[in-house]
Amino acid sequence: MQVTFKGVSADYKLGPIRSPLVLQSVDLNVTSGAFTAVVGHTGSGKSSLLKAMNGLLLPTGGVVTIGETEIKAGKNKKALKDVRRKVGMVFQFPESQLFAETVEQDICFGPLNFGVSLEEAKERAKDVISQVGLDNSILTKSPFSLSGGQKRRVAIAGILAMQPNVLVLDEPGAGLDPKGKKEILSLIWRWHQTRGLTTILVTHDMDDVALYADDVIVMEKGRIVLHGKMREVFTDVEKLESFHLEVPEARRFQLKLERESGITLPRVCLTVEELADALIEVGLA
Amino acid sequence: MNNLILGRYFPGDSIIHRLDPRAKLVAAIYFIFILFIANNWQTYLLVWIFTIVVMRSSNVKFTTYLRGVRPLIWLILFTVFLQVLFTAGGILYVDWGPIRISSFGLINGVYIFCRFVMIIFISTVVTLTTKPIDLTDGINSLLRPLRKLKVPVDDFSLMLSISLRFIPTLLDETQKVMDAQRARGTEFGEGSLFKQMKTLVPIFLPLFASSLNRAEEMANTMEVRGYQSSKQRSTFRLLRWHLRDTICLAIMLIVTIGLVVLRTSGVGH
Repeated sequence: MQVTFKGVSADYKLGPIRSPLVLQSVDLNVTSGAFTAVVGHTGSGKSSLLKAMNGLLLPTGGVVTIGETEIKAGKNKKALKDVRRKVGMVFQFPESQLFAETVEQDICFGPLNFGVSLEEAKERAKDVISQVGLDNSILTKSPFSLSGGQKRRVAIAGILAMQPNVLVLDEPGAGLDPKGKKEILSLIWRWHQTRGLTTILVTHDMDDVALYADDVIVMEKGRIVLHGKMREVFTDVEKLESFHLEVPEARRFQLKLERESGITLPRVCLTVEELADALIEVGLA
Repeated sequence: MNNLILGRYFPGDSIIHRLDPRAKLVAAIYFIFILFIANNWQTYLLVWIFTIVVMRSSNVKFTTYLRGVRPLIWLILFTVFLQVLFTAGGILYVDWGPIRISSFGLINGVYIFCRFVMIIFISTVVTLTTKPIDLTDGINSLLRPLRKLKVPVDDFSLMLSISLRFIPTLLDETQKVMDAQRARGTEFGEGSLFKQMKTLVPIFLPLFASSLNRAEEMANTMEVRGYQSSKQRSTFRLLRWHLRDTICLAIMLIVTIGLVVLRTSGVGH
């Protein structure tokens, strides 16, 4: 599904503190069906960009278009409900949104709000709980009795059960151990592949970007400063460093090796596998 | 949610900011009492002038104070409404059976309204210009005599400072959970009262759960760092009473005298 921003600006207000222009005339055209990673420093406007896609942050100027629906400044209740049905949003630490008596009820909460019948919602709950790698027996348990990692999976399942066309995630792996993080990301990627979703992922981890993303958006001070194909973005290392961003580990190793040995590898390596192949090719391993 | 300014501190360096928290607390509580001396337009004018001067000298925008009144406006109007209906005397304007509106009722309503608004204004001045930590230090120091009566003053002030400290955190978290549930299709402020109350469950349950967790973590970290409630504690920040604090209380006395004089010489009831 098409996600487009046209000259979108937005302010964020919490209590007396008002951060003006968390988004500054952002123009964006997310490739439909692509897996897009959003990177940038804390406070660069990544989360605000995601919130704007879900109508949780209304633009003060400009238009956000999701599919056929437009979000503009002012009240547009119907458009918001429509957008939220299409865009599933997984917040940072989504386990803090669990509330129901049982896991099943919690997963059904979203679908029911969007007018799905109870039987259908329960059917979806059963489906998504296995998709996120949990056992069916967990459905009758209280979400508060689960472990941190399980809670995270249940919360994500609650969003997936809404069957959104666009999936928007804010650091879904934050605070998990490396293994748990990897599992969460690969399940999201699987879901993205099988359902043909448009997925937008905020992350700090460049290795995740290298593994999963098709496109990369770099944000700085509420603006999009770079938007391109992942491989191209990681090829131009100097540009990345000017935004104070790291490169994936394998690429870093490649650059260091090239500098110190004087041998240039045949291509840009972003993952460990690619690096290993390239090293064998030039006869270093 | 975002308009709640209770317990928020506005950093600044006005004369009001620099007053000792004890002086501010005593003056504010004292002010609420002397408000009840006022009973005619001269006395109300005097306390209004006093309130506005105090608000001006705090260097906080007037609209900020108005935002403090907004959440309570219905409660105030309800009270005013009852006053207007149930005060008899003077000229009768409306007489529909049990509903009677008289001139005394109207005047009384205006007075009650002023009283409410001024109480809110003055207490907002205190909370906006005093760091929460200074506020609790002040309360602690004012309540110190009660220690002799075995009242756990220190525990009380610790509780207070912890709750004040967590107000912004809790507000931010409420906002976050509300956003998350909104993204799952909840619409707040829609439908019947029962329906609206039901939409609050998905907000309050996660908040309760996380607050309980946080409380436990907090208790653990305090214990790990050797906190014991029975021990006598010294404070890092010492409160110092300056000349300006004495002047502040003196001004309060002058206002009181002014009120008493104007009251007796005024028309009154």
